[in-house]
Amino acid sequence: MTMVNLTLNGKQVSADVPDNTLLVTFIRETMGLTGTHVGCDTSQCGACVVHVDGESQKSCTMLAAAAEGASVTTIEGIANGDSLHPMQQAFHENHGLQCGFCTPGMVMSAIELVQDNPNPSEAEIREGLEGNICRCTGYHNIVKSVQAGAKMMGG
Amino acid sequence: MHHTTYVRAGSTDDAVARMADGGQLLAGGMTLIPTMKQRLASPETLVDLAGCGLAGIEDEGDSIRIGAMTRHADVAGSDLVQTAVPALAALAGGIGDRQVRNRGTIGGSVANNDPSACYPAAVLGLGGTVHTNKRDIAADDFFTGMFETALDEDEMITAVSFPKTGKAAYVKFPNPASRYAMVGVFVASGADGTRLAVTGAGSDGVFRHADMEAALDASFSADSLDGIAVDADEMISDIHASGDYRAHLVREIAKRAVAAC
Amino acid sequence: MPEGSIKDGIGASVRRKEDKRFLTGSGRYTADITRPGQLHVHFIRSVHAHANIKAIRKDAAEAAEGVVAIFTGEDVAADGIGGPICGWVVTNRDGSPTNEPPHPILANGAVRYVGDHVVAVIAETLEQAMDAAELVEIEYEVLAPVVDLANAGSGPQIHENVPGNMYFDFELGDEAAATAALESAATVVELEVRNNRLIPNAMEPRAALAEYDPIDDSYTLFTTSQNPHLTRLVIGAFMLSIPESKLRVVAPDVGGGFGSKIYVYPEEAVCTWASKKLQRPVKWTADRSESFLADAHGRDHINKVRMALDKDNRITGLRVDTVANIGSYLSAFSVVTPTILHAPLLSGCYQIPAIYTNVKGMATTTAPVDAYRGAGRPEATYLLERVMDTAARQVGMDPAAFRRMNFIPKDAFPYQTPVALQYDIGDYEPPLDKALEMIDYKGFEARRAEAASRGKYRGIGLSSYIEACGIAPSAVAGALGARVGLYESATVRVDPTGTVNVFTGTHSHGQGHDTTFAQIVADKLGVDIGSVEIIHGDSDRIPFGMGSYGSRSLAVGGAAIAKAVDKVIEKSKIIAAHLMEAADADVVFADGKFTVAGTDNEKGFGEIALAAYVPHNYPHDRLEPGLEETAFYDPLNFTYPSGTHIAEVEIDPSTGVVELVDWACCDDFGNLINPMIVEGQVHGGIAQGVGQALLENAHYDETGQLITASYMDYCMPRADDLPNFKVDYTVTACTHNDLGVKGCGEAGAIASPPALINAVIDALAPLGVTDMSMPATPEKVWRAINDAQTEAAE
Repeated sequence: MTMVNLTLNGKQVSADVPDNTLLVTFIRETMGLTGTHVGCDTSQCGACVVHVDGESQKSCTMLAAAAEGASVTTIEGIANGDSLHPMQQAFHENHGLQCGFCTPGMVMSAIELVQDNPNPSEAEIREGLEGNICRCTGYHNIVKSVQAGAKMMGG
Repeated sequence: MHHTTYVRAGSTDDAVARMADGGQLLAGGMTLIPTMKQRLASPETLVDLAGCGLAGIEDEGDSIRIGAMTRHADVAGSDLVQTAVPALAALAGGIGDRQVRNRGTIGGSVANNDPSACYPAAVLGLGGTVHTNKRDIAADDFFTGMFETALDEDEMITAVSFPKTGKAAYVKFPNPASRYAMVGVFVASGADGTRLAVTGAGSDGVFRHADMEAALDASFSADSLDGIAVDADEMISDIHASGDYRAHLVREIAKRAVAAC
Repeated sequence: MPEGSIKDGIGASVRRKEDKRFLTGSGRYTADITRPGQLHVHFIRSVHAHANIKAIRKDAAEAAEGVVAIFTGEDVAADGIGGPICGWVVTNRDGSPTNEPPHPILANGAVRYVGDHVVAVIAETLEQAMDAAELVEIEYEVLAPVVDLANAGSGPQIHENVPGNMYFDFELGDEAAATAALESAATVVELEVRNNRLIPNAMEPRAALAEYDPIDDSYTLFTTSQNPHLTRLVIGAFMLSIPESKLRVVAPDVGGGFGSKIYVYPEEAVCTWASKKLQRPVKWTADRSESFLADAHGRDHINKVRMALDKDNRITGLRVDTVANIGSYLSAFSVVTPTILHAPLLSGCYQIPAIYTNVKGMATTTAPVDAYRGAGRPEATYLLERVMDTAARQVGMDPAAFRRMNFIPKDAFPYQTPVALQYDIGDYEPPLDKALEMIDYKGFEARRAEAASRGKYRGIGLSSYIEACGIAPSAVAGALGARVGLYESATVRVDPTGTVNVFTGTHSHGQGHDTTFAQIVADKLGVDIGSVEIIHGDSDRIPFGMGSYGSRSLAVGGAAIAKAVDKVIEKSKIIAAHLMEAADADVVFADGKFTVAGTDNEKGFGEIALAAYVPHNYPHDRLEPGLEETAFYDPLNFTYPSGTHIAEVEIDPSTGVVELVDWACCDDFGNLINPMIVEGQVHGGIAQGVGQALLENAHYDETGQLITASYMDYCMPRADDLPNFKVDYTVTACTHNDLGVKGCGEAGAIASPPALINAVIDALAPLGVTDMSMPATPEKVWRAINDAQTEAAE
């Protein structure tokens, strides 16, 4: 067992978990935040993407113990009270989601993408979402959402 | 995942000592963690190298030295790498996806020597040097076969050096499913002539192509590669591409890499 | 109705009500649910495609830490547990029935595909169950697999009661007439196509959590289902012998289905069964590797097509001989998909006087194959739209012109096809014209020439499709072998304060029912969309329902809601007439108000609702208090969406890479309730069709191992594989439902694969290439170019 201490959505949390606990398991099962999803077991679908110290990471491919001391932000932690994060709002306004399963990871990847590149082109967005698979939308409206989100985030 | 004990090494020496006790080194974990999840690897002890101080990029005059724990995103975004070896920065910026680049490391990639990984092509194509806790290994001596390297059991990579090379390019033809290289060619034209390394295609892992290098030494142009034979029997053949097709792609992608220099 | 003419009502692109919970991580999927004391089950799956089980040794595993129980097929048999049933069967050509083999929920005696469920290991934690599973020894006697569909009949017999590995041998149409047409044809066009096997890959893997309550001997099953009532019926009545009143099935938020979550799978039944045996909740969540192996796959046909043309190039006849891979067991809709949902579509949008088809459904030692987005109709559309292009090329006509001259003319509706269907309405030229304009068909040759100057081959491809959806008229379905009705139910419950609860038997797993259905109700009742709640997915809350598939939710479920709302309005009118002391017939309801013609009397909808629940002044002699109405709607016919999709591609001859550079489509879905949601459905459907045509393929090797068993090898469309899509509509309103709607969920997946392959062939046609199989991978395209060049050189 390993005691893991980290900041989760701004709150200090600690838990003693088996060493082989993945960060996503820690978030979903130990901490009960089920917005972060698991869609594959080969680190490709991106449903589990969270931010670790501000950078997007696949939480299914990282041990919780390796996040010791880090600041982890999940989809539950980006809205400001009742007011959605601009990227969440953009996905809503542009119908960038259907079944919602890939959405948390997609939004978390998109936020980082725009933080790195405030004015991404369509091609840069498509390339930048390579690590996130959506089966519902055909990506058309996701790309539109990210473009709109970038503008709303001040790009 | 089977049970494992997670430890953080505080230094290279600490990591090597733990490795001697049977520990498995953990760098970015981009291959190791999924393999453990599939229960295909079950190390009793995982030795995380994150705290060993092995991340960072240094200017060493004629070359640059990249610490083993330096992440792909940091190589891609480094002003130094972009200036000294722009092709290397571009290669790092095209590995996997954003999340892989945010966590995967050069040391992990080079040590694993996945036949479809990008970095081995750069190390071999640029004639880099792999630094370990014990010695310096020239690229030509380092990669010894698919998932095989010259590393001893008690040896770990601490850094990789690359000669500053302006005239170089890497072009990847990705496997459409995995997005790993189905064929990736790194070509570099330096003081000692042309080096051309191919990843993704060879059944023994990354390799140099002597005939292409000779042709490019004679005349550094894409056309020089026309008609140069690539042996399909030495290529990987799988559901994604036959040996024939890979052999064709090696020449075609090599031409593109030359044209991009 | 023009877009957005009524705020938040029918025709407006209302932003989705369900979005917020998904965007904030508050969605509740089955895997997110935890019950106190729950156990975890891990399934040991067959590693062989075909084998007899000689022995299972589980002693060591039973003694392992945390293990609570280990069940095998023998335990299942001892408890008399039944298997999943086939929900729809057909009668063979010779009058005999479909051969239905048993499908035990844990293999008993034999395994028939890699991934077949053999042992259920149940432990306190999932890791413990997986650790213990490694201690279970299974001794197999390996048998020869049956993998090659074309030769499945000559392989070793897989099931005792399926001779020649043929589940069914179905036919439809007039063989003599089709033969006569082919014999007297001026031109006969022949084509053999393979509809490649796909794996649905909804992003949420399947999951189930079952809990038994000993107090009243009842069960609750949370599961990833597109149709919870069907799951309740099958598990209750056919598998576990639980009275339906004792089994509650809840399908909470479900992360995509595309057909793969219609069926009742063994895992759900095992969890339910074990929850009583162990008196603890039992949970299972598939990992993606299990999804690849054991979700029902889709498509997998070989179709031999012969089309007859007269001297004027009008189609006179069509014969299609199909071999369909059904896999190792009969899944719920596995038989109907390549037969009833396929054969009647072979007329497409064309006048074809004589059609005959034979479909042989074959057993193989691969995963069960069932409906996947489109289900039978993509296969029909693919072969038909491929042969249309082949025919046009053979007779030297422009493919658009060839289609146009063979379209069913708009004045021919209702149109009776020779393959059982009667199309109620349609007009196929306007969508063709619009799509041609959207993609600038006239300018294509200039674009082709420009591409050639860059060393690229550019091609354009059309697909004019029709589909039969909104399944289905129960009477028709029943006559064709369905074992269920295919109506839909809706209850509209108005609260005393005027808020509205709609209980629908359809299920939303991405389609946006919370919004679309609320728009219908808001529009009809003149209330704010925010005061309408849509409730679905819980067999204890919904009267009954057949779920969502076959693009039926709006056309059948939405129509049922509209009918229930109409009943509410009728009752409200009587209450209003009473309150305003007017004759019933004089009360008019519009914009949420009841008025009496010729007076300024009016009552708001809220006032009527209050009067219904506080009936102090109320027509008690005529009405019961309360305001809640239920409607069951059984459609009179299928609905027939149609349209034209056009793909434009560029091919790099040096690598064979096909780049999809443009897409235009014009669909006729009848009236649109929410154009934004419809467009999203079209986008997603096209993406799955592009996946089929260019990227995706489920590949078993000759030993029956699934080689494409992860995203490392099964190529899912990513954002950078796709362009933006140009989408537009024409409207002919469906004649037999009150909303005039047809359904839009599957159209994109049905229409798109042939458009793409036709475009690829068009690009390569100047080289002499005439065929291309799906998926058109870089290597295949590169080889086709090389072979054509080699042939030309000789």
